[in-house]
Amino acid sequence: MALRTEFENSSDIGVFAKLTNTYCLTAIGGSEAFYSVFEAEFAGQGDSPVIPVVHTSIAGCRIIGRLTVGNRHGLLVPHNTTDLELQHIRNALPDQIQIQRVEERLSALGNVISCNDYVALVHPDIDKETENIIKDVLKVEVYRQTIAGNSLVGAYSVFNNSGGVVHPKTSAQELDELSSLLQIPLVAGTVNRGSELLAAGMAVNDWTAFCGLTTTSTELSVIESIFKLNANLPAKITSDLRASLIESMS
Amino acid sequence: MEYVSAGSSSGPQAATMQILCCSCGTLIDPNPLNTCAACLRTQVDITENIPKQGTLLFCRNCERYLNPPNDWITASLESRELLSLCLKRIKGLKEVKLVDAGFIWTEPHSKRVKVKLTVHAEVHGGIVLEQVFVVEFVVNNQMCDDCHRHEAKDFWKCMVQVRQKASNKKTLYYMEQMILKHKAHDNTLGIKNAPCGLDFFFTGENHARKMVDFLHTILPLKFTQSKKLISHDIHSNEYNYKFTWVIEIVPISKGSLVCLSKKLQQSSGNISPICLVQNVATTVHLIDPITAQMADISGQTYFRYPFLPICDPKQLVQYTVMDIEIIKERKTFPGQGPVSYKHVIADIWLVKSSELGINDSTIHTKTHLGHLLRPGDEVLGFDLRDSVINNDDFEKLNPDNVPDVIVIKKHFPDKDKRRRMRKWKLKRLPKEADGDTDMENDYNEFLDDLEEDPDMRMRVNIYKDNKKQQIPVDENDMDDPSAPQITLEEMLDDLVINDVEMADA
Repeated sequence: MALRTEFENSSDIGVFAKLTNTYCLTAIGGSEAFYSVFEAEFAGQGDSPVIPVVHTSIAGCRIIGRLTVGNRHGLLVPHNTTDLELQHIRNALPDQIQIQRVEERLSALGNVISCNDYVALVHPDIDKETENIIKDVLKVEVYRQTIAGNSLVGAYSVFNNSGGVVHPKTSAQELDELSSLLQIPLVAGTVNRGSELLAAGMAVNDWTAFCGLTTTSTELSVIESIFKLNANLPAKITSDLRASLIESMS
Repeated sequence: MEYVSAGSSSGPQAATMQILCCSCGTLIDPNPLNTCAACLRTQVDITENIPKQGTLLFCRNCERYLNPPNDWITASLESRELLSLCLKRIKGLKEVKLVDAGFIWTEPHSKRVKVKLTVHAEVHGGIVLEQVFVVEFVVNNQMCDDCHRHEAKDFWKCMVQVRQKASNKKTLYYMEQMILKHKAHDNTLGIKNAPCGLDFFFTGENHARKMVDFLHTILPLKFTQSKKLISHDIHSNEYNYKFTWVIEIVPISKGSLVCLSKKLQQSSGNISPICLVQNVATTVHLIDPITAQMADISGQTYFRYPFLPICDPKQLVQYTVMDIEIIKERKTFPGQGPVSYKHVIADIWLVKSSELGINDSTIHTKTHLGHLLRPGDEVLGFDLRDSVINNDDFEKLNPDNVPDVIVIKKHFPDKDKRRRMRKWKLKRLPKEADGDTDMENDYNEFLDDLEEDPDMRMRVNIYKDNKKQQIPVDENDMDDPSAPQITLEEMLDDLVINDVEMADA
């Protein structure tokens, strides 16, 4: 199921949070409202699994969603992450999650890398060394790609293990290519009332999605259906939406 | 509202995915806002700052529209001029790009003008939107300044008042003919009869000044100018005046008798004090009926040494010539002014026609009309012996030197018949009709003068009277051959184009 939230009056919640299937990082805000949205979802009251929700900063910044990249297996942080922050994250996350600092020139890792638990799309210009680290730590296949002419693949695409949303200007051919690379269905879409900065507008794992507060219900239903979050929704809406989605993909 | 495809380069590789409009979920091509046109219209209105209603001001009298600030233009409905006027009235068109404009038909009496506009404007992140909208103008009535002045009978700005303070009005009639001949009244708004003359009305100062200058060239006169403040604006230092020129024509007309002051006599070649006004044109022409000496008095001289008539044509008395004897040798003296050799001086013996056969004593005098008169003729003259004359200069004269009678002109009988048979006419100025019989008589005398004086005729346009060009039937209808007549050659054919204001005399 998908939720709307905002971080200190900003709808770009993907900037201030990092969500995977095994952990969730949130920025340190002025109030605990943003944190508590995640906390309420992952603390174990609902039917979703319990995962740790961690307050942290990266290199003293709050924009942790754009600076880090991770999945079920691991977490990559940029080279300017302080030792203290790294230590704090290591202490907070489960032991089986590998955490690695990456010496990469393009230090906004969230903007240059987009991944799920099996595959990752990366900026065409990142180092060979970084690519190897991604393979080792995140245990994924790595593809150098652009999306609709943009090399910041991390900013313009979001996907989990069931599906993904990409930049609205992506051509059908490119969408097919990406879909066959990732082996998941993809759709061109928007978030936050027409914004094409998808990763900035949402944080997604396999069973939950958080979107900016300005996201419209149309966008929300696209997100829910492509990420397969609506397992228990009435079938009628699903089929209706599927019809339009299939039409848009054909 | 529609998108204008700014970069159509995406056309050939067209395979971009269609996406769902972020607010309504319809399938659209991606655009910077990722919103469909219908949704965009609910969010953005590029014509927001453009008023959808306006007013046009229209003057019903002259059917013109106000083009602010104070220009009135003629424009028919759905015309180019009206469109430009409407577009000028719409504020906020500068922020958008006007692509097309046209009228939507409205019922002419509805007092509504609808203008359909198509505009382009750029919104968030360079999406160019096109929108068509209608601006409705309400036509309000407002009288324009010109009509307002006209309605308020306040349309003249300058007035020229021509006055002659004299009982003898021939100079005014002469002036009228000169104005007609030279078309000096073309720019007048109206001409009004006044007790001692005429008022001319003008829209502008220039026309009035031109009129004054014209009159100055044809008659001896003096004028004064005055202005009356109608309104003024202290902020813009604008003053609105009405100007009035008062023209005073010398109060002397042809056929009057005048008595000159000593000074004027000396400056006019020692002419004798009692003179006859022969003519008033650019100057006053005087002739001494005893010696036929002449003098010209300019307007300037006149107003320096003014004199008034001592006898007017109304006081003329009819005499019968008993005997006449032409004087061959004229007396001359040094310093004498010009003498007329057209006139012949003669000794004349007269009897009042009314006393003919009763009173046998004849009156002896001298006349300058010796070339015209025969014994038995009738003449008109002033009886200086019996009339009461109130004039300072006249009283200073030695009564022994004053002739008893001054002969003015030959009298032709059957004046009424002559007037009836008159085959010519003059034009009159288009002024308000005046049924004054006194004026009628004055005018008829002016016509008689014209008939008798060929020199004066030269300066006046005379027209054929088509109503009276009948052929004489019997002896009685034939004109007296001795009576003065105007030949057909002197008459002009009147061009009549049903000219109402140029009514015949």
